Amino acid sequence: MIPELGHYALILAFWVALAQGVIPLAGAATAQTAWQAMAKPAAAVQFGLVLLSFIALALAFVGNDFSVLYVSQHSNSLLPTIYRFAAVWGGHEGSLLLWAFLLSLWSVSVALFSRSLPLAMSARVLGVLGLISTGFIAFIVLTSNPFERLLPAAADGRDLNPLLQDPGLIIHPPMLYMGYVGFSVAFAFAIAALLSGRLDAAWARWSRPWTLIAWVFLTFGIGLGSWWAYDELGWGGWWFWDPVENASLMPWLFGTALIHALMVTEKRGGFKAWTVLLAIGAFSLSLLGTFLVRSGVLTSVHAFAADPRRGVFVLIFLATVVGSSLTLFAWRAPQVTLGGRMGLISRESFLLANSVLLVVATGAVLLGTIYPLVIDALNLGKLSVGAPYFNTVFVPLLTPVLLLIVPGVWSSWKEAQWRVLFHRLKWVALGSVLIAGLVPAWLQMLAQGDWTPTISLGLLLGAWIVGGSLLHIVDRLPKPGRVPWSYWGMHLAHLGMAVVVLGITLVKGYEMERDVRMGIDDTVSLRSYTFELKTVQEVDGPNYKALRATLDVKQDQRVVAQLQPEKRHYFSSAMPMTEAAIDTGWSRDLYVALGEVVEPHAQTHAAQWNLHFYYKPFISWLWAGGLLMVLGGLVAALDKRYRRAASQKDSH
Amino acid sequence: MKKFLIPLVFFFGLVIFLAVGLQRDPREIPSPLVDKPAPEFKLFTLANNEQQFGPQDMRGQVWMLNVWATWCVACREEHPLLVQFSKENNLPIVGLSYKEVQPQDEPPGSKMTPQAKRDLARLRSEKWLRSRGNPYVVTVLDLDGRVGIDYGVYGVPETYVIDKQGVIRYKLIGVMTPELLAQKILPLVNQLQKT
Repeated sequence: MIPELGHYALILAFWVALAQGVIPLAGAATAQTAWQAMAKPAAAVQFGLVLLSFIALALAFVGNDFSVLYVSQHSNSLLPTIYRFAAVWGGHEGSLLLWAFLLSLWSVSVALFSRSLPLAMSARVLGVLGLISTGFIAFIVLTSNPFERLLPAAADGRDLNPLLQDPGLIIHPPMLYMGYVGFSVAFAFAIAALLSGRLDAAWARWSRPWTLIAWVFLTFGIGLGSWWAYDELGWGGWWFWDPVENASLMPWLFGTALIHALMVTEKRGGFKAWTVLLAIGAFSLSLLGTFLVRSGVLTSVHAFAADPRRGVFVLIFLATVVGSSLTLFAWRAPQVTLGGRMGLISRESFLLANSVLLVVATGAVLLGTIYPLVIDALNLGKLSVGAPYFNTVFVPLLTPVLLLIVPGVWSSWKEAQWRVLFHRLKWVALGSVLIAGLVPAWLQMLAQGDWTPTISLGLLLGAWIVGGSLLHIVDRLPKPGRVPWSYWGMHLAHLGMAVVVLGITLVKGYEMERDVRMGIDDTVSLRSYTFELKTVQEVDGPNYKALRATLDVKQDQRVVAQLQPEKRHYFSSAMPMTEAAIDTGWSRDLYVALGEVVEPHAQTHAAQWNLHFYYKPFISWLWAGGLLMVLGGLVAALDKRYRRAASQKDSH
Repeated sequence: MKKFLIPLVFFFGLVIFLAVGLQRDPREIPSPLVDKPAPEFKLFTLANNEQQFGPQDMRGQVWMLNVWATWCVACREEHPLLVQFSKENNLPIVGLSYKEVQPQDEPPGSKMTPQAKRDLARLRSEKWLRSRGNPYVVTVLDLDGRVGIDYGVYGVPETYVIDKQGVIRYKLIGVMTPELLAQKILPLVNQLQKT
């Protein structure tokens, strides 16, 4: 009964979303305030209905209702309750429902916090969101109904993919989707502005906090996904240039460019058409990501069973949404006035250069991601594009972006002086060059690894951003006037980026791995650490049996850590899962994965196992930098400027 | 202003490629083995320990090699189709039981002897074929997966069509479908049988 209620609520939500899409937009076009006023209540009702539907599915999972096909495919009565709940988005149908739910959550938030907006504007924004929601709910109801029954009911479910049974994976998809879906708000604002023909600074100020929050979620989601891959896949990698990872990176790059371009539009009235294009692009790339993941056109580790109807539906949806918005753009953008004049050396020019470079980098990632598809479509054969391509194009494209962060922060709007910039930043530049040269030389002397040009480049960029940002803060603090939150947000995010760059550089430059077969009491050394295999035991989990190795890690004859990697055999799956054991430190991770049982020792006949050891210097800086960026984005989004703008409007 | 149309034009180019891409199956991977002689092997059959079987025993016939295992969920989906196909057509299908005994089947901390592995594989495979029907003229046991490596086995199930001279003419990774059988495999087999 409950699944049917959920299904029914979803169908109702479709009609409400359609009303939310059509009536307010028609009202805005014909200046009928009563129709425009429909937008907010419709968004609220739609949210309530999708929430009901989501709760119904969650109840089916938690209550082990295996007469629901989707539940029987992705859950199992032995699964711990928290994973049964997370299994709601463990498959295709449920993750789409989560998508629709988050979209309605964003819509209702816009409805709640848009009191300062003119009625016509909020009606248009919510109308655009309603249309997107209509398309998505139709997709679920027509092609991917999670409430479909399985009669007679299965005795037990097939279980959630063991790879997904990890705390990181409980929150990774919702965070990522919050980011993807959040860009729909910036998109809706851009479309609303195009429709009204008023592409002004106010539009940019309204959409900026929303874009920042979406970007924060996306950053957090990507970081979490990367950490999960590192923690769970058991081979020490953290980014694989997999099509699905690329699908999340592309909107992130566009979103980053968008945040910066919105600032120029808000402060200087410049790049209006460019900013609108970025807003359309960021959400289009989110939709494209959904298409790539859900249609099965690409194979990847995340690939889902493909149903051709689904692919066709998403493609038509994508073509309609993006095609119509780009047509609107081509029609309205020529009427946009140019912003204030800007000099060749100015904050605007640096921000423009960076946003162009970020868009080009996105294009390079997009090309690498769909190149196999294009080659196949042209009947030129089958191929795949791997990490070497992405590393080759991505590093040269992102290097100038990172270099320009510092002059961008230091330049004034309108016109800046080369000489002043040089005078201010020469010591930072010199210091960065020294660090880039001396640190690798010193590490080579300590026999930590050989110098490569990439190490110096990475250190140079990291030191340059850290030095430039800190000097700017030191320079700013003694000056009079309150320091706005967005100032701190900016520096936190830039420092976070620098920390990520430093982490990647050091882990790529100095990581070490060994693959050895060991018996009990055997030891192996990595850098200054010695690992000793103490025991290997069998342990029982709730829905798996595992083999657990215990190792002591010693440094200078002192035990510094005990690691317990596991090899798990889930009852429902033929594939054994590796649970790596990681000792995390600020300057290094020690990572051990337990491999296969191998043949006993030739002479002693003692049992032996394969073990993989990794020494990962500074890898935790990757996630720490990501968290700094998240924090920076949040602080910037909470800037008083946006709230003050709201309260001023209220008092009028 | 034409320049504002550039994003739209670019996007529709992309949509065309995506639409064409949808018609293709990314799992259909051309194998370097197609049009090459099928790698030789000699393996024990499912029936008993005395008999060994290899591709050379099928010389002069067009035949199909199907890679399967009882732990393979997709094989369960494919199996009824193969059973039906084997009844309706005169095309011998050889089963290659691939890594039937998985590492987790072995008691922790020790290795099973090859004979114990064979016994376990026989027990499970025979039970499976008894309950679901046996489409194979013969099934061979590739317990350590070495033959699978020679054939470049990518995922189970996989299916190969091999001609009278022992040359691989077609390879499918993944589940067989009635459409593939009717549109690709049967015409190919008819043509190969005539030559």
